[in-house]
Amino acid sequence: MTSLKEAEEKGQKRRKANFMWRFRRNKLAVIGLCVVFICLFIAIFANFLAPTPYDVGNLTEARQPPSWSHVFGTDAVGRDYLSRIIYATRTSIIVALGVQVITLSIGISLGTLGGYLGGWVDQIVVRIIEIATGIPALLIAMFIMGLLGHSMWNVIFALGISGWVVETRITRGQFLAFKEREFVIAAQAIGANRFRVAFRHIFPNIIPILAVLLAFQVPAVIFNEAGLSFLGLGIDEPVPSLGKMISTSLGYVRTYWHMGLFPSLMIAIITMGFTFVGDGLRDALDPTMNR
Amino acid sequence: MIRYSLGRLLGLLGSVLIISLILFIAVRWLPGTPWNEAEIPLQGAAKENMMRKYGLDQPVHVQYAKYLWNLLHLDLGNSFIYKTDTVWQTIARGWPATAKIGAFTLLIAFSIGIPVGILAALRQNSLLDYIVTFLATTGITVPNFAVAVWLVMFVSVKMDLLPTQGWGTWQHIVLPVVAYSLAPTSLIARFTRVSMLEAMRSDYIRTARAKGLAEPVVIMRHVFKNALIPIITLVGPLIPNLMTGSIFIENTFGVPGIGRHFVTSIFDRDYPVIMGIFMLVAVLFGLTYFISDILYTWADPRVRLTDRKT
Repeated sequence: MTSLKEAEEKGQKRRKANFMWRFRRNKLAVIGLCVVFICLFIAIFANFLAPTPYDVGNLTEARQPPSWSHVFGTDAVGRDYLSRIIYATRTSIIVALGVQVITLSIGISLGTLGGYLGGWVDQIVVRIIEIATGIPALLIAMFIMGLLGHSMWNVIFALGISGWVVETRITRGQFLAFKEREFVIAAQAIGANRFRVAFRHIFPNIIPILAVLLAFQVPAVIFNEAGLSFLGLGIDEPVPSLGKMISTSLGYVRTYWHMGLFPSLMIAIITMGFTFVGDGLRDALDPTMNR
Repeated sequence: MIRYSLGRLLGLLGSVLIISLILFIAVRWLPGTPWNEAEIPLQGAAKENMMRKYGLDQPVHVQYAKYLWNLLHLDLGNSFIYKTDTVWQTIARGWPATAKIGAFTLLIAFSIGIPVGILAALRQNSLLDYIVTFLATTGITVPNFAVAVWLVMFVSVKMDLLPTQGWGTWQHIVLPVVAYSLAPTSLIARFTRVSMLEAMRSDYIRTARAKGLAEPVVIMRHVFKNALIPIITLVGPLIPNLMTGSIFIENTFGVPGIGRHFVTSIFDRDYPVIMGIFMLVAVLFGLTYFISDILYTWADPRVRLTDRKT
């Protein structure tokens, strides 16, 4: 006779295998996952992958089209474009992950408070969400960047402090949905305290949905970081950012095509990779969805 | 219904008040002054006079009370930088260009997105469906400024068909609208497809087919009408989003729109313009959410209005 614990473990294993099977069947998601891993690899090992440091230029080689010595060409002050793009990818990834840390911390705490405690606490949380929905996050981020000045950490702060609405709303909604389930009531009945119920019993059930959200939020953050830098409100020289490279390239668009093409392609590849993974995760977790 | 609407509008008013308070304090924290301190380093009495001129010498709460009082009269104040302009005039100068691009974008997003979504849903799992789904996913993810750069590179520079930058003739509108509409079109197509599929699977559609209705009638009258309901919730927030414009697009194509004014007002510390644009956007968004909620209950009578939503 199998014990309850064994049966439970078996069930978990089966669900996991099922999930993996559904995810693997989705070719786009698998491709996306490969892209994500490559991007992470580039970000982590940028020092070893880039032929030159990102801030070393040779003015005599400025604005060269792609050649064997500079595969992606050089920029306006003669820096190797490939190296710039590799380091800019690192910037994008760091910003994206840093922002997620902030938005998830705020979102999970606020959402848990509102959704689990309910009552007047929830009223306040709902109010806060409503106010924050009133203004596009990017405007707030731009405003904060104007306030703080341009650096990578300020970008992370600005995008993090303005972008937690979705995280809060989803966490709150999930807590509301799970609060009335039998296993939660059972846990409360055997005397588990509120903290334990919220984080040991309910929270693990929310993690998959938050993972899907993360996969979708990462490209959004990368888009916004590039956008801020594109407007000159983001990261300052010499640290490379894809958005800044794109906006600089606009001035040379008639003569030096490589300056615009490579960074815009890179950002498209990164954002698409993460989105495909998000799509795949969502569909694999919820097979009742269409496709 | 009326009670609910009044409650919502009061809530909106409260939100706008809180947003204005937070912003007002934050704006005063911005380092820098409305004049260029590097070029005009003022000190002592001269500085005091300038501060008095802009009304910045009073305590913040007095300034805020004054601002609110003016706001009550729909007076957003004067721009610090364009000294002869009121904030309304500054906004009125930028908005037409932004609204024009936004309106065309909306038009394209609907007239392409919805039919394509329906078509893909009707041929689920066909090659067409796969292509649409793939293109739509790509369209949502690729940043619009990247698309804008590609368009400039190929359409303007390589093929020399349309101008790269500027504003004035119809040729200047085409590229910004194409770049801008890609994402909303994809979004609407994808959403239409999913909600069509969902509606097609429900019992009342089987009933409609069972009683022998012609297929086009089933699709248009029964499936599409029900599929439209969730689309409303998506489109609601999309409208103010598109009408306030994309700063990136305006920047890339040199469109003299409201987004550019916002960016320059931050750089110039033009407090009244920053505040004015924020206030306007907040009211616009709040009103659209409200209207789309009302529309939603009208389209789907099963949804009941309560004060505790979100």
